Amino acid sequence: MAAMLSIEELTHHFDGLCAVADFSLTVEPGELVGLIGPNGAGKTTIFNLITGVFRISQGRIFFEGQDITRWPSYRITAAGIARTFQNIRLFKDLSVLDNVRLGGFARHGYNIWQALLHSRGFRREEQAWLRQAYELLERFNLTRYADTVARHLPYGEQRRVEMARALISGPRLLLLDEPAAGMNDAESQALIQLIRDMQRDFGLTIILIEHQMRVVMDLCQRVKVLDFGMTIASGPPREVQHDPAVLEAYLGKDGALAE
Amino acid sequence: MAAVMPQRRYLTWGSITLLLALSWVLPESGLLNPYVVQILMYVGINMILTLALNLVNGYMGEFSVGHAGFMAVGAYMSSILTVWVIPPALSFWAFPAVLVAGGLAAAATGLVVAFPSFRTRGDYLAIVTLAFNMIVKSVLENLEILGGPRGFLGMPRLTSLPWVTAWVLLTLYLCRNLVYSNFGRGLMAIREDEVAANLTSVDTRKIKMYAFLISAFFTGVAGGLFAHLLQFINPRSFSILKSTDMLVMVYLGGIGSLTGSLLGATIFTLLLELLRPLGLWRWVVGPLLLVLLMIFRPRGIMGLKESKWFIPRFGAGSRRS
Amino acid sequence: MLQVLGQNVLNALQLGSVYALIALGYAMVYGILTMINFAHGDIFMVGAYLSLAAAVFLLGLPFKAPLPFVFVGALLFSMFLTALLGVTVERLAYRPLRQAPRVSAVITALGVGLFLENFTLAMLGPQPRHFPGLIPMQPWNIFGLTLTPLQVLIILLAALLMVLLDLLIRRTLLGMAMRAISYNRPIVPLMGVPVDRVISLTFAVGSAIAAAGGLLYGLAYPVLDPYMGIRIGWWAFIAAVVGGIGNIRGAMLGGYILGFVEIFTPVLLPASTYRDFVAFSLLLLLLVFKPTGLLGRPMFERV
Ligand SMILES: Nc1ncnc2c1ncn2[C@@H]1O[C@H](COP(=O)(O)OP(=O)(O)O)[C@@H](O)[C@H]1O
Ligand SMILES: [Mg+2]
Repeated sequence: MAAMLSIEELTHHFDGLCAVADFSLTVEPGELVGLIGPNGAGKTTIFNLITGVFRISQGRIFFEGQDITRWPSYRITAAGIARTFQNIRLFKDLSVLDNVRLGGFARHGYNIWQALLHSRGFRREEQAWLRQAYELLERFNLTRYADTVARHLPYGEQRRVEMARALISGPRLLLLDEPAAGMNDAESQALIQLIRDMQRDFGLTIILIEHQMRVVMDLCQRVKVLDFGMTIASGPPREVQHDPAVLEAYLGKDGALAE
Repeated sequence: MAAVMPQRRYLTWGSITLLLALSWVLPESGLLNPYVVQILMYVGINMILTLALNLVNGYMGEFSVGHAGFMAVGAYMSSILTVWVIPPALSFWAFPAVLVAGGLAAAATGLVVAFPSFRTRGDYLAIVTLAFNMIVKSVLENLEILGGPRGFLGMPRLTSLPWVTAWVLLTLYLCRNLVYSNFGRGLMAIREDEVAANLTSVDTRKIKMYAFLISAFFTGVAGGLFAHLLQFINPRSFSILKSTDMLVMVYLGGIGSLTGSLLGATIFTLLLELLRPLGLWRWVVGPLLLVLLMIFRPRGIMGLKESKWFIPRFGAGSRRS
Repeated sequence: MLQVLGQNVLNALQLGSVYALIALGYAMVYGILTMINFAHGDIFMVGAYLSLAAAVFLLGLPFKAPLPFVFVGALLFSMFLTALLGVTVERLAYRPLRQAPRVSAVITALGVGLFLENFTLAMLGPQPRHFPGLIPMQPWNIFGLTLTPLQVLIILLAALLMVLLDLLIRRTLLGMAMRAISYNRPIVPLMGVPVDRVISLTFAVGSAIAAAGGLLYGLAYPVLDPYMGIRIGWWAFIAAVVGGIGNIRGAMLGGYILGFVEIFTPVLLPASTYRDFVAFSLLLLLLVFKPTGLLGRPMFERV
């Protein structure tokens, strides 16, 4: 009955600069909501607030009915919100496999003593995780990179590792921050398909920040448009696209809304 | 993912048994002269120190410059027990428990550093550990009941090569297990990117707490072994210079590597012995070698690499070798 | 009572001046390279020995050199050579490690420090050396306080050097380049700033000031030994941290604070052995509650 995520009147300042102003959003299970707006509009900041990177000073956030406003990041992630980053943040000196396994940190079922002794339960659990990690690697076409150190991976693959790492935590809500950044047409076409498949197979609800309008148009049922921290429009992407406020926000900055 | 290969398991157990047997037989039979045995014991104690410090500095990527403080706590605690509490007749049998008690005392003081590490990182945390080291030393200097600056003595010589060997193996085993578990991967995640670690559901506070407690515990155990080898300790043995020695061993051998820890401790200890004929100049040549090593091999000999031997078979494929 | 207090304030200012001069070197290098130059205390020690050598040489000249001349000569000589030492250390030991992990540079600095200590020890032997008096010792009595010319000289000269350094950093092109590098090293070369030269000069200036501290320290506490740089170096380092590491004015402030802590702890507590305990406990508490020191900027984290 409760919404998957509901954000109430979120406001955030950076020394005087208002990065997010009075932002509200309710996301129902199974939705795919887009968050768009020119650079510096406050989109990433919203993700950071949802996931507990910044302390929330004004506003509240509920996830599946629980008030997560003050929770630390790791608890929020463990509760079922996973994300990727605009500028990829992998653990660069660790292998791809370890990166992915780390995503499941909160769900591993052994304690420190079992780990120190490598007990039978520990091994069973590790093997189960390993299997799951390999399944995800397989799915994202990364199996042959399992032992590669993340920093040696090509850019596109790094993005996929981030997704695999997010998915292994078993999230119900996934936050994707500009997943198509730097991709050409064919690549973003593949990405659209990948996101669709992920959503279907893992039963995900997704919030997507994206600049490439094609991706947004294809995927999102509705979008919110931000500019200077303020919500200037919301609705189905095709309607929003012709909203004069939106056109102005973009024309004033990045040029026309490219399709 | 396959079951542990039987040959390898036999090989491991075989070499462990052989090592323990040798460490007992060689000194007993007089095949090794006491001087060499003494050096080997120092190598072992330094291995424990290096493995323990590598957890914090190498795997977790923080920079503790104060581990000698933990060593001091372990050394004094265990010495108090054997000198004042345990009847001499029992002290031989009680020795492992005494060392564990020293380790636990050190771990308890580890909290002093673990809590600030939640909020403070990098250079500032390094300074917190430095202050911790200085405070421990200064407290010991002011505790007249423990001999103050003159030190504490009267411990029986309980440390022997088999004990040292056993503790090295135990430390190595537990550190290995820790490193190849989610807790160990959590440590490395903190080193790589703490914010991202938190966002991938790693409870970084818990991990830091474990890291400092476990590291301090083994450092304390090594302190106990050290005290019962020398039979005399004073606060100056645990000054910042001792911490520096440990740092050198870690960064010499290589950060984030068990093999590197063992190598670093061995090379450091043996090299200082080999340079002994140089007299005063030993302390000129030693640092010079260190600087050269850092310039030509900034991550140490085995930095972030591991010998295949230490990587558990199940779920391997996680480290380069 | 008030007299004792006043006397101790003077002593604290004198000691604090020396700490402040050395703390500056830590702060400058940290500011520009974010590296803790653990060898700096030993650079100070070398500076003290070089002043000693120059003073002894000048005093031994066949004609009787006037004392102010000897003082200035020793000061300039040791400042110059110590600056050269600082630059050489940076050039040979730290520069190759610019791209390496930061801790490698720190370990290297520890190694350089050990090297300087033990090299001095091996060359000169363990017996402490006495510093000749260059400044008249007969005290002045003002309001019942005993004030020696030496104390006045130390406090004033240190203050003068600090003002000059502050001007250098705030008003000159070199200072601007230094601040630019500490603000954002990657983009500075793009703006035509010769980064390597600026870093060399930073080491030169920091080392020269430490050498001045060495001479003043030698005059005030006239026994030198090769390990003297360890304790004083650590205290000066704490001073830099208390002020907010990397912050020049903070380092000066921290130097005086540490001077006061060291002088007043034995006054307030019975045994003088408590002064390390007090200083480091203060440091620990400060860092727990204000992790960036008194004047330091908080660290930023971009996500
Ligand atoms: N950690 C931070 N500290 C200070 N300002 C920040 C920080 N993160 C973002 N900002 C500022 O907040 C505004 C919104 O940034 P962001 O949320 O990253 O925008 P978007 O993701 O929409 O491009 C920008 O003006 C940016 O400079
Ligand atoms: Mg963004």
